[in-house]
Amino acid sequence: MSFFVVQFLTGLASAASLFLVACGLSIIFGVTRIVNFAHGSFYMLGAYLAATIVATLPVGIFSYWGSVLVAALVVGLIGIVVEIVVLRRIYHAPELFQLVATFGVVLVVQDLTLAIWGPADKLGPLAPGLDSAVNIGGQLLPEYDVALIILGPAVLGLLWLLFHRTRWGTLVRAATQDREMVGALGVNQRRIFTSVFFLGACLAGLGGAVQIPREPISLMMDLNVIAEVFVVVVIGGMGSILGAFLAAVIIGELNAFGILIFPEITLVLLFLVMAVVLVIRPRGLLGKPELTVGAQPAQIAAIHLPGPATKLAMGVLFAVLALVPLFAGDFLLVLLIEVMLLALFAASLHFIMGNGGMVSFGHAAYFGIGAYGAALAVVHSDSPMELALVLAPTAAGLAGLVFGWFCVRLSGVYFAMLSLAFAQIAWSVVFQWYEVTGGDDGLLGIWPSEWASDRFAFYYLSLIIVAGGVLMLRRMIFSPFGYALRAGRDSPLRSDAIGINLRHQQWASIVIAGAFAGLAGGLYAFSKGSVFPDAMSIPRSVDALVMVLLGGVDTLAGPLVGAAALIGLEDAISRFDYWRLILGLVIILICVTAPNGIVGSLKLAFAGRRERE
Amino acid sequence: MLEASGIDAFYGQAHILHGVGLSVGRGEVLALLGRNGAGKSTTMKSIIGLVRPAAGSVRLDGAELAGLPPHEIARAGIGYVPEERRVFTELTVMENLSVGLQPARDSTPTWTPERLFELFPNLAEMRDRQGGRMSGGEQQMLTIARTLMGNPRVILLDEPSEGLAPVIVDQMARTVQELKRDGLTVLLSEQNLHFASAVADRATIIEKGIIRYSGTMAALAADEEARAAYLTV
Repeated sequence: MSFFVVQFLTGLASAASLFLVACGLSIIFGVTRIVNFAHGSFYMLGAYLAATIVATLPVGIFSYWGSVLVAALVVGLIGIVVEIVVLRRIYHAPELFQLVATFGVVLVVQDLTLAIWGPADKLGPLAPGLDSAVNIGGQLLPEYDVALIILGPAVLGLLWLLFHRTRWGTLVRAATQDREMVGALGVNQRRIFTSVFFLGACLAGLGGAVQIPREPISLMMDLNVIAEVFVVVVIGGMGSILGAFLAAVIIGELNAFGILIFPEITLVLLFLVMAVVLVIRPRGLLGKPELTVGAQPAQIAAIHLPGPATKLAMGVLFAVLALVPLFAGDFLLVLLIEVMLLALFAASLHFIMGNGGMVSFGHAAYFGIGAYGAALAVVHSDSPMELALVLAPTAAGLAGLVFGWFCVRLSGVYFAMLSLAFAQIAWSVVFQWYEVTGGDDGLLGIWPSEWASDRFAFYYLSLIIVAGGVLMLRRMIFSPFGYALRAGRDSPLRSDAIGINLRHQQWASIVIAGAFAGLAGGLYAFSKGSVFPDAMSIPRSVDALVMVLLGGVDTLAGPLVGAAALIGLEDAISRFDYWRLILGLVIILICVTAPNGIVGSLKLAFAGRRERE
Repeated sequence: MLEASGIDAFYGQAHILHGVGLSVGRGEVLALLGRNGAGKSTTMKSIIGLVRPAAGSVRLDGAELAGLPPHEIARAGIGYVPEERRVFTELTVMENLSVGLQPARDSTPTWTPERLFELFPNLAEMRDRQGGRMSGGEQQMLTIARTLMGNPRVILLDEPSEGLAPVIVDQMARTVQELKRDGLTVLLSEQNLHFASAVADRATIIEKGIIRYSGTMAALAADEEARAAYLTV
C-alpha cells in the first residue's frame, strides 16, 4: 500500500515542473495567441542558470532557493527581449510564421547555451535541507519531492490571486477574451503582451530551475520538455491554468504508474489517454471553444492552375535536372538527390498545409516512418529495394491513418501541437526500441538494388519518382478533391453546409501526404545507406516547414525552391561551429521580413510592377 | 469638437469609406444614419482606430488622431461602444468596469462605479455577475458604463438600440438624453429613425460609404425625399 502512496506522491512531484512550464505556455497563448515553441528553451535556460548561480554562492537553503528565483527572473527578462525583438513584429502574421519564428529562437538559444555551458551534461546540486528522504511505511520519498508537491498548488493559488485580485490580472483576462476591445478602452496592449510574456517565461524558467536536483541538465531539455508540455496543454485545454494543473498531474501519475505496469510503453499509455480526452473533449478538459481572432482568410492567396509559362518552366527544370549528370560531379549529384527528396517531402507538407490549411508540426513522422519502414524491411527480412520502396509509403500512409484520425478533430494551433506530439512519440519509440531500430546507432547497410547502386542510376530513379510524386500531388490539388480541401480551409462552416465531409477530406489528405513523405523518406534511407532517429526529429519537421515557408505557402513551386534554398543554406553554413545560431537567425529574419516566401515575394514584386505599368 | 474629414477606409481590397466627413459640436448629439452595410460601423471604427484610415483626418479639439493606435485615441478622450457590445463575458460587472478605468480629466465629469450605478440602476444589483450571464439590454448598459469609466469627452455609440426590446430602447434613449444633459458629446449611429429623433440634434446620412446628407434632425423630419432616398428599405 505504502508503495503505491509513494509512487503517487512521486507522480505529483514530477507534475510540478511540468505544470509550471505548461501554464506559462498557456498564459502566453491566451493573450498573444502565439504558441511559443521556445518555451522549452526558457525551461532549459532556467535549469542552466540556476545551477550556475547556486554554484557561485555558499551552500545554504536561502542561496539555493534564492538562485532558483533569480534564475526564473533572469529567464523572464530574456523572455522580454525575445518578445520585443521577435514576437512583436509577427503578432499579426499567420500562426505558421509565429511557430516557425519561435523555433528560430529555439535554435539560437541552443547554440548560445552550447557556447556558454559546453556540450557536457551537468549535474545540479542537491537542495540544502531537503537532501534526505522521508520514510512512508517503509518506502522512501525524497524530501525535495515533498517540496515540489507543495510548490505546484502554491503557484496555482498565487496565479489565481494574481489573475483575480489585481487590476493587471483583470486586464489580462479581458485581453484573453477580446484584446482589441481592451485596446479600444485605452489600455496599452503592448505592455500587457510584454508583461504576460515575462510572467510566462519566468514560470518556464522556474520549472527548469526546480528540476536541477532531479535530472541532469543537458542541451536536450528544451525539445524533450516541449513535446510533453504540448501534450499537457492539449489535454488540459489551451488557456486554462487549472486545466494545465490537472493535465500535468494526470501525466505525472501516468508516468509514475505506467512504469510499473508497462515500463516499455509509458509513451503509448500517454498517447491513449490523450486520445480518449480529445475524442470526448476536443478542446481539452477545461478548454474553451477557440475564439476567432483576426482576419486570417484575407491573407490566403488563391492557388492558380499552372499557366503555360509555369508548365514550360517546370518542363525546362525537369530537362535541366535530367541533363545535369552528364557534366556534374559526384558531389553535386549527391546534393541534388537530397534537394529532390526533400522537395518531395516539402511538397507533401504543402499539400495539407497550403492547400488544406493544416499546419503540421510533425510531418517528419511520416518521412521517418517511411525511412524506417524501408530500412527495417531491408535489415530484418532482407527485402529488395523495390519492395522496401513500396513498404515505405504504405507504412507512412498507415501512420497517417492513425495520427490523422486524431488530428482532424482539431484545428489551428491544437492541430500543430498534436501533430508535433505524435512525431515526438514516434521519435521516442524509434530512439528507445534499441533491439529493433538500433536506437541512437541507427540502421546501417541500406543499399539500393544492384541496378540502382550506381550514382547516375540512383539519381535518375530519384528524379523520376520525385517528378512523378510532385505531378501527382499537383494533379490532386486541381481535382475536385483539392478544391473541396481548399473550401474547407477557407470556410469550414460553408463547406460543411454544401455537403463536404471536411474531416474525411482532411483525413484522406493526411494519409496521402503521409504516403508521399514516406516515399521520400524511403528513398532517402537508400540514398544515405543508413537511417537515424533524427529522420523524424522535431528539427526535421521544422525543416519541412521552413522549406514551404522559404518558397511561400501560396505557391506550388514554393516547396521546390524552398528545398533548394534550405539545403544550399545548410551546406553553406554547416562548416561553422555554430550553424544552428545562423540558421535560427535566418529563420527569424525571414519570418519577420518576408512573410510571403521567396516565390511569393517574387510574384508580388512582379504583380506590383505590372500594376504600375 | 470632433471633426472627421476625407476618411477612406478599406477591408483588404474592398473600398468601404469614400472621403467620409462629419463634425460633432461640444455637447451635441449627432446621429449617423444609414441602411445596413452603409458604412456606419466602419466610420466609427475608423475614428477609434480599430480600422486604420487609408486617408483623411480625425481631430479632437484640433489634435490629429488618425493613424494612432486605438488605446492612444481612447486616452485622448474618445470612448467607443461597439455594436456587438463585446462585454467581457468571463469578467464580473465590476471587473468589466475596472478594465475601462482611466485617469480623471479636467474637462469632463469623472465617472465612478457608484455614479454609473445611479445612471443604470439595474447594474447596481448585479455587481458580481459575469458579463456572459446578462441579458442583451443589461450588456448594452454595461458596455456603455464600461466606456464611461474612461471619462471620455466624446462617446461613439454604435447602434445602441439594435436587438433590444422596445421598453429597453426607450430606457436607452433616456440614458443618452441624461448623458447629453451632463455635457457629454455623442456620436451615435442608428438605423432606428425613431430612436435617433428622440435623442439627436443633427443627423448625417451615409450611403455606400459616401456622406449624402447633413442637417438638423428637424430638417430631416421635414425632408421626406431624403428619408425615402437614403433610409427607407
